[in-house]
Amino acid sequence: MTKIQAFIGRYQLSHLLILAALLLVVMPLAMDIFRLNLVGKYLTYAFVAVGLVLCWGYGGILSLGQGVFFGLGGYCMAMFLKLEASSPEQTAIQSTPGIPDFMDWNQLTALPWFWEPFHSFGFTLLAVILIPALFAFIIAVAMFKRRVGGVYFAIITQAIAAILTILIIGQQGYTGGVNGITDLRTLHGWDIRTDSAKYILYFINAFLLIGCLFAARYIIKSKLGRLLVAMREREDRVRFSGYDVSSFKIFIYCIAAVFSAIGGAMFTLQVGFMSPSFVGIVPSIEMVIFCAVGGRLSILGAVYGTLLVNWAKTSFSESFPELWLFAMGALFIGVVMAFPNGLAGLYQTYVEPRLQRFKKSSDPALASDMDALKTAEIKPNKTKDTESAAEEYSHAGNQ
Amino acid sequence: MFADYSITELTSIFAMQGFAGLILFSVFVLMALGLAIIFGQMGVINMAHGEFMILGAYVTYLTSSLFAEYLPSVYGSYFFIAMIFAFIVTAALGALVEWSIIRHLYKRPLDTLLATWGLSLILQQLYRTVFGAREVGVTLPDWLMGSYALSDSIEIPINGLFVMGLTIFITVGVALMMQKSRLGKQTRAVVQNRPMAAAVGINTEKVDRMTFALGCGIAGIAGSAFTMIGSTGPTSGQLYIVDTFLVVVFGGASSLIGTVASAFTISQAQSTMEFFLSGSTAKVLTLLTVVGILMLRPQGLFSLKIRR
Repeated sequence: MTKIQAFIGRYQLSHLLILAALLLVVMPLAMDIFRLNLVGKYLTYAFVAVGLVLCWGYGGILSLGQGVFFGLGGYCMAMFLKLEASSPEQTAIQSTPGIPDFMDWNQLTALPWFWEPFHSFGFTLLAVILIPALFAFIIAVAMFKRRVGGVYFAIITQAIAAILTILIIGQQGYTGGVNGITDLRTLHGWDIRTDSAKYILYFINAFLLIGCLFAARYIIKSKLGRLLVAMREREDRVRFSGYDVSSFKIFIYCIAAVFSAIGGAMFTLQVGFMSPSFVGIVPSIEMVIFCAVGGRLSILGAVYGTLLVNWAKTSFSESFPELWLFAMGALFIGVVMAFPNGLAGLYQTYVEPRLQRFKKSSDPALASDMDALKTAEIKPNKTKDTESAAEEYSHAGNQ
Repeated sequence: MFADYSITELTSIFAMQGFAGLILFSVFVLMALGLAIIFGQMGVINMAHGEFMILGAYVTYLTSSLFAEYLPSVYGSYFFIAMIFAFIVTAALGALVEWSIIRHLYKRPLDTLLATWGLSLILQQLYRTVFGAREVGVTLPDWLMGSYALSDSIEIPINGLFVMGLTIFITVGVALMMQKSRLGKQTRAVVQNRPMAAAVGINTEKVDRMTFALGCGIAGIAGSAFTMIGSTGPTSGQLYIVDTFLVVVFGGASSLIGTVASAFTISQAQSTMEFFLSGSTAKVLTLLTVVGILMLRPQGLFSLKIRR
């Protein structure tokens, strides 16, 4: 236990344990399986949000195309499940039995070559991780080695999300088109649509998320995490200190992509389908707002933010569908302008000092942890001092 | 893919598709001009730019309805009035947005992107509430109807010609304004060196607001022109926003010539390929090529040589 404490930080560990208890004990006890499945679906977005905390909050790389990786992970899983659901016996009424139904509708007579390996579950699990990671690596190498960053990177990732969506919708015979890959039934003969399966999948999902949180926390606490913050603030100085800035960026972008892909795969398993509506620009930007609401510098905040926004979305759009977009838009503007550190920032400014007062015996480890958090914070309104003038100057020069 | 067609057919196809591409080019240029001013000069990503364009389109639609109702005798000239209205309304909204949101975020360009995305959601829902989810279209006046037959197989629609003329006029106007007018000179001064511009007495905050309003106003005019060639719905603007951003980035953000050149390349490539391949494949290929070129040349086709 002390070892874990050492690399997570005692203060963060208690928060992580609270979240774990909430996800693993409170929610399953308090909710029926329908609601729990819904929470499980939201938690898959939390994977993306946690990845965004790493690459946007800490690394300063805003990707508006995380839906691409979520989708790739989800599609890999969906392809495996679809192949299992379209065995020759089950699809005997088709003109070509043994291929997925949408291929049959599109007059395909044989399984395309890139579908073949997805007969194997082992390959699928590898593909869920490796394909998005490879894709992210290619994008990141091409961009960061040439020092494309900031808004240019955001626009290009957005374009990539658009390209992938158009491609999936356009190649209906190979991908299921705009409906996506639907009607997924079993995983190795285990029916994923039953209540018991949904419970098990929820727990797998929650454990994976907690695992990702541990990994993310480890990265943030490590030297790499410090370097990321340094790069975000003054990239040139880090470069002049002899670090290869681009390789850190590539690494963190790939990690974020892998997290998203795991989320996507779990989404497919829990919801039972995958479609291009989770790949494009709109869902990608929505995932950024989950992260922003929770706090772009807090991995735990990102999880709470995701749960909160999605819960609000579901309950709002059930009762006032018209108001939801207004609320969402206002949320974007409000969070960005007034609370750039999101819920976690509010917690740190208002709740935490009070908690501290209760604990008289504050030990130095805790204090240093707190300091580390504070230095990483973004200041919403910088005063007009010499530094900001210099920043403005360099900002203008960068155009 | 060319083998099935004869030479004359191919010429006609290229001419017609080229012309269709020119109309797409006009929309791209008009939208990208506003974006290039805002993004290139101020470094602000305005994700709500498409919604500003659609606002211009709705203003045009309202004006044309008003003319049809009360002044049917001069209906033919509604467009010019509508264009002026569209410019004024969108520029005013732009100034309001700059004052209330954008000016607080100049130091965080990535955050302007999120805030303006929120704005675009609000505007979309507002249009849906006010004008309904259905697309609306204007009735073109008689003198814009019909087409001009160049040869047996090549016909050029007059409204397309008009939109192109308008595009050229506005592009030249904007270029002249940026080069010659007081506001243009001040804007460029602020972009090049903000503290020094402020030191010689330029009100940089006012210049920012005027620049943003101008960019939005041009989007409004783009919306006006858009009504001539397509119908307007609450989400029509979003269809173009990614393409337009790519146009701006591809052209080199701070160069107007670059914007025009890249809009031309992208629109021509897309519309020519559309005839031979399916629409989605053409679009994917175009976007992929642009992204590929941007990976090789991140600063865009035309860029100012400045020290970074």
